[in-house]
Amino acid sequence: MALPSYASPLQRVWHYTFRVLCGLIFFFLIFPILVIVPLSFNAQDFFTFTREMLALDPAGFSLKHYRDFFTNPDWQLATRNSLTIAPVATLLSVSLGTLAAIGLSQSHVPFRRAIMAILISPMIVPLIISAAGMYFFFSAIGLQGTFWGVVLAHAILGIPFVIITVTATLVGFDRSLTRAAASMGAGPLRTFWKVQLPLILPGVISGGLFAFITSFDEVVVVIFVGSAAQQTLPWQMFIGLREQISPTILAVATLMVALSILLLATLEMLRRRNERLRGLTPA
Amino acid sequence: MTSTDADSLILRGGEPLKRSLARALFRQKMRALLLIAPLLAFIVLGFLLPIGTMLFRSVENAVVEETLPLTVAALADWDIDSTELPPESTYRALVADLQVAIENRSALTLARRMNFETAGFTTMLRRAQRELPSWNLDTDGPFRDRMIDQHRDWGAVETWRALKAYSGSLTTGYYLAAMDYTMVSGHVAPMPDNQSLHQMLFWRTAWMSGVICALALLLGYPIAYLLANVRERNANLLMILVLLPFWTSLLVRTSSWKVLLQDQGVINQLLVWAGVIADDNRLAMVNNKFGVILAMTHILLPFMILPLYSVMKTIPPTYVRAAKSLGANDWTAFWRVYFPQTVPGIGAGAILVFIMAVGYYITPELVGGPSGMFISNRIAHQWYVSGNWGLVGALGTILLLAVLVLYWVYDKVVGIDNVKLG
Repeated sequence: MALPSYASPLQRVWHYTFRVLCGLIFFFLIFPILVIVPLSFNAQDFFTFTREMLALDPAGFSLKHYRDFFTNPDWQLATRNSLTIAPVATLLSVSLGTLAAIGLSQSHVPFRRAIMAILISPMIVPLIISAAGMYFFFSAIGLQGTFWGVVLAHAILGIPFVIITVTATLVGFDRSLTRAAASMGAGPLRTFWKVQLPLILPGVISGGLFAFITSFDEVVVVIFVGSAAQQTLPWQMFIGLREQISPTILAVATLMVALSILLLATLEMLRRRNERLRGLTPA
Repeated sequence: MTSTDADSLILRGGEPLKRSLARALFRQKMRALLLIAPLLAFIVLGFLLPIGTMLFRSVENAVVEETLPLTVAALADWDIDSTELPPESTYRALVADLQVAIENRSALTLARRMNFETAGFTTMLRRAQRELPSWNLDTDGPFRDRMIDQHRDWGAVETWRALKAYSGSLTTGYYLAAMDYTMVSGHVAPMPDNQSLHQMLFWRTAWMSGVICALALLLGYPIAYLLANVRERNANLLMILVLLPFWTSLLVRTSSWKVLLQDQGVINQLLVWAGVIADDNRLAMVNNKFGVILAMTHILLPFMILPLYSVMKTIPPTYVRAAKSLGANDWTAFWRVYFPQTVPGIGAGAILVFIMAVGYYITPELVGGPSGMFISNRIAHQWYVSGNWGLVGALGTILLLAVLVLYWVYDKVVGIDNVKLG
């Protein structure tokens, strides 16, 4: 989109105006996330920059909100809960979801559209409706307020993401590879583990990351389906924000931004690997 | 191979080829379904069924009939438009029913149910609970006057009309309430203005989602265009600026907006410091519609940019160049050639953002305040505070229907198979 040398003055003005506009929009996208980071080191219990902070005076900064996060039992319980619920839910949605995605990408699937619509529906239904529905149902079968209740609920919410990413990866999958494996005497299971899975692994992992973040970030359903013993990080943040904002939230938020940067980097690496692999397979 | 070939060919085992092929195809279909079955069963049992049963609560109304079977039977002959009270036999049936209900503790469930329709039922039944157990059905009559002595509302025709109106095992009452109507004397009438809230909330949810959608399009379109038209390496770098918010926790983004927009927050502080506003005249940007629209536009913007970008990337740059070489100026080339090709992306992004916005709960709850409340917040309120599950079901059904219509449109426009993430 470089500016050609014959551009008229008006075109030049527009060219730079457009870039400035885009810059402002990027600023709008990223500023609210980055502003949290310095604020979390505030030595005061304020939500704004103090005079000392602006003067870069070391006295204006402190780690006290982080210390609170790492010592407060409520936050510690919430962290533990989040870190146990999300991986189990992810494992469940990835294993069932990958299996179903492979089934869905076969050449002849009866009712494919209807099945797809059902499997994607947890992503579409407003959370408050899913939450209320699951509450009644899980109470009826005795899972309300239990670890497994929350895990099952979160696994359901994560499934659409696994289905979408894995079916998308399978579109580019070269079927002759599994046929070659089968013709050389490998059974269906062996073909899956040794040939198909390694090739679609990037899609499976990115689906898993989506499922993980869905569970890790989820508030509404866990509030309905869980009880105080399953309080997760987002739940704790939600309470903190609704009742009385404690600055510890900013420290937690900063840590969560760091986590999302980590996830993003992993995904980017997977994407590059996937592109490289696809470049190798004949079109 | 033509079909006649397949018909006539016989395999070595003596089986016609056609049947063999059909069997292979059938086996293939079954294998695919078998792979899908566990997940499908999981979703149907753990998701669709619970939502279905929850929504059924919106029409379910067995309480009155179950708790007061004799009364309901006695009321069958009583005309709902009658201005006279039911006869003594009905009162006797009521006392008999209530004695049983008080015994097995179902009276309070009834009180809760009827209280959603006529305030005051709880008081009436509390009093009954204290006195009725000692009454003797055979000797203590007549009961009409004794009941009216106990609470004068037992002598009001309205009470009986409400009981009769809600004596069926199914009811439309919750849907009436969800649309701001109510039963007055057994007839549908609009709710008094100070209580009608739902229509306004549905409408507000719709228009605010529309505004958010339009703003996201306005801000997302240039970004998607830039990403699709700069060099690949730069595009990948800039993409990170879009994907980082996308991957950042919703709670983190909502809390940062709350922090930014507060009275004592960063933006107000900055404006005061710059002298734009006076210290005692800070802008109220949070706990109102403005805060919700701003925060939700920010949160949903990546969902607009990503589908737009994936469409724009497939548009060959030669079209615009061809238009220009044929004499179109920049604007015409964009508006007549480039823009029409991005319409599928606009459709996909706009419907996606709208669907997500309509069901939002967390952000309006945290930065919306009473004036920025969405319908989801009202549903949660009914659930938590009133425990009116029938109304939760009714409001939920209406919201869900709206979303399903949009989902269907999305499927027509984009196809659910073509949803892309990241």
